[in-house]
Amino acid sequence: MAGERPVAFVAERQIPPSPPPVRTGGALGWARDNLFSGIFNSVATLLSLAFVAYILAMVVPWLFLDSVWNASSLQGCREVDDGACLAVINERFMQFVFGFYPDDLRWRPVVAFVLLFVAIWPALFSSAPRKLLIFSALYPLLAYWLIWGGSLWGPVGVVVGPAIGWACVRFLPSLAGGRLDEGIASLAAVGTGILATALWWLFGVTAFEDALSAVLVIGLEPVESARLGGFLLSSIIGVSGIAGSLPIGIVLALGRQSNLILIKAVCVGFIEFIRGVPLITLLFVAWLLLSYFLPPGTEFDLILRVVIMVTAFASAYMAEVIRGGLAGLPRGQYEAADSLGLDYWKSMRLIILPQALKISIPGIVNTFIGLFKDTTLVIIIGLLDPVGLLQPIRADQNWNGIVWELYGFIALFFFIFCFAMSRYSMYLERNLDVGHR
Amino acid sequence: MTDAATERDEARRATTASGTASGESAIEIAGMNKWFGDFHVLRDINLSVFRGERIVVCGPSGSGKSTLIRCINALENHQTGTIFVEGTELSSDLKNIDRIRSEVGMCFQQFNLFPHLSVIENCTLAPIWVRREPKKEAEERARYYLERVKIGDQALKYPGQLSGGQQQRVAIARSLCMQPRIMLFDEPTSALDPEMIKEVLDVMVDLAESGMTMLVVSHEMGFARQVAHRIIFMDEGQIVEQNEPEAFFNNPQSERTRLFLSQILSH
Repeated sequence: MAGERPVAFVAERQIPPSPPPVRTGGALGWARDNLFSGIFNSVATLLSLAFVAYILAMVVPWLFLDSVWNASSLQGCREVDDGACLAVINERFMQFVFGFYPDDLRWRPVVAFVLLFVAIWPALFSSAPRKLLIFSALYPLLAYWLIWGGSLWGPVGVVVGPAIGWACVRFLPSLAGGRLDEGIASLAAVGTGILATALWWLFGVTAFEDALSAVLVIGLEPVESARLGGFLLSSIIGVSGIAGSLPIGIVLALGRQSNLILIKAVCVGFIEFIRGVPLITLLFVAWLLLSYFLPPGTEFDLILRVVIMVTAFASAYMAEVIRGGLAGLPRGQYEAADSLGLDYWKSMRLIILPQALKISIPGIVNTFIGLFKDTTLVIIIGLLDPVGLLQPIRADQNWNGIVWELYGFIALFFFIFCFAMSRYSMYLERNLDVGHR
Repeated sequence: MTDAATERDEARRATTASGTASGESAIEIAGMNKWFGDFHVLRDINLSVFRGERIVVCGPSGSGKSTLIRCINALENHQTGTIFVEGTELSSDLKNIDRIRSEVGMCFQQFNLFPHLSVIENCTLAPIWVRREPKKEAEERARYYLERVKIGDQALKYPGQLSGGQQQRVAIARSLCMQPRIMLFDEPTSALDPEMIKEVLDVMVDLAESGMTMLVVSHEMGFARQVAHRIIFMDEGQIVEQNEPEAFFNNPQSERTRLFLSQILSH
């Protein structure tokens, strides 16, 4: 038999499954595999460890052991110890957070900030009750009212606008009562609704506010935009920009793919123009030039102008990110949706966008993070975001010469927010990952 | 011809006859031409499909057979000629297109299931959003059709977790949930492993026996022999030959058909 190789073979039994081999040696084995597998890796590991140890040896004593929390000036800090002079953070903390917001009204932005989490909860986690989305939709006005104050009737008047529009869309077609073609009637109703809403916002809101204020005054003490600053300002611009740029970006991306030449041209023009201009230029336009284009005497809040520009800027980038996602979908998905009889909006909403947005998550979050950090550019046009607040603090005689502590503190703030966004996006990607294609 | 085969043939003709007897054709294509740019992809297509009729379209790749059936639910637009589906003309009128699409189901070579939705959601999506059916009703019907394509136990899985054959069966069930009067199949088994082809064909045979009007682009000649009333052979954008299966396979008339058959039947 030896040396003879039979060609025919029949398996005599099913080989039962067995567990995989155990990795050798627990932690030690892991270290050998990952850190010391070869001369080059061992050297690299040791050098990295040395570098980390060196940095920690510098930072830990400076930041924790020798740092000073209570002093009234840099000299005061130095008299106590030679570590980080965190007393400056301690003293100016409220200013960093609120800017020059009146002391006794600070609870209002805090409430708005806490409610922000309630508002974004249903948008971020599918486990949240769906009814909360109504609150999310109303939140921007609520936050505006809390932060800027003024009569409650203003924000209520703004909400009335879409309600009028909805009523037009809902009831006008039945008024037409079959005299018009169904499609034309609903189109006309939508048009009327949009027009009515716009007219109401332009002319009705002020009258509404005045009329109701005459009857009943409900309001908060108004706070001027110039008093907003610090992280409050960064958050307002950042959150509004993020919340606005995603939907606008989606619309622009879809518009760019449209077969309707006019819509496509408008979208491409907007995207290419906004992307081709530095954000700082747009901020200058918002600050100085915009008022030339508006009717004389128009009061148009600077922060609102900045929010609009930042949102437009991020939307252009967002549109291109989402276009990438749309292009990444196989043609068959569009065809399958078409062949089932789904119309354009339904197939976009139910089939195409859920998948395209999922593919685009890393790019979308990238844009969000970029936008949030770009809010520090408003210092150029004189708004006092955290970086803007550094100038007066460093010019203060008491704190003259302080650098690391202040910039480090601001960096930490931005890092926490950006890192949170990054982690959330990874959670979302994992969560949406159902099987592989 | 064996007795059994004769019987089957007669039964088949009877079905055709009854389909014809209803007087109306399901699909009526007349003088239809289509170009991709300068390329004349469909040339003077004339075709009537009776209710309940089952047609297999075959031909070499690039002959326009997929394009032909994709014109029937307006996934492709034809440039000249007319297409009537269940009495509605396919024109640029979006309303007509939507109406026709909800009458005509389609299965693709690549299945094209929606990967972000579970199997049952794939099946209930169109009934709920296009037909505005209550969710419960749509789900009941989805379960019925999933059961019928023998995949009821996978309803809560996602397409990515299923084999190719299972995915194609889900795709068939998804189309059936819209209760179409006509089913189009665009090479439904071409992307499948040999072992899975049979499970899909079995489902299609079952569907054929229920009297569904079917247009199938396929090279499964066994299937064609078994269920088709008529076989259409296309080459270079035109219908070269059409006939009943027996006559088509045993006595092809055109040289081109003979060559094609000799090549696909030779191994």
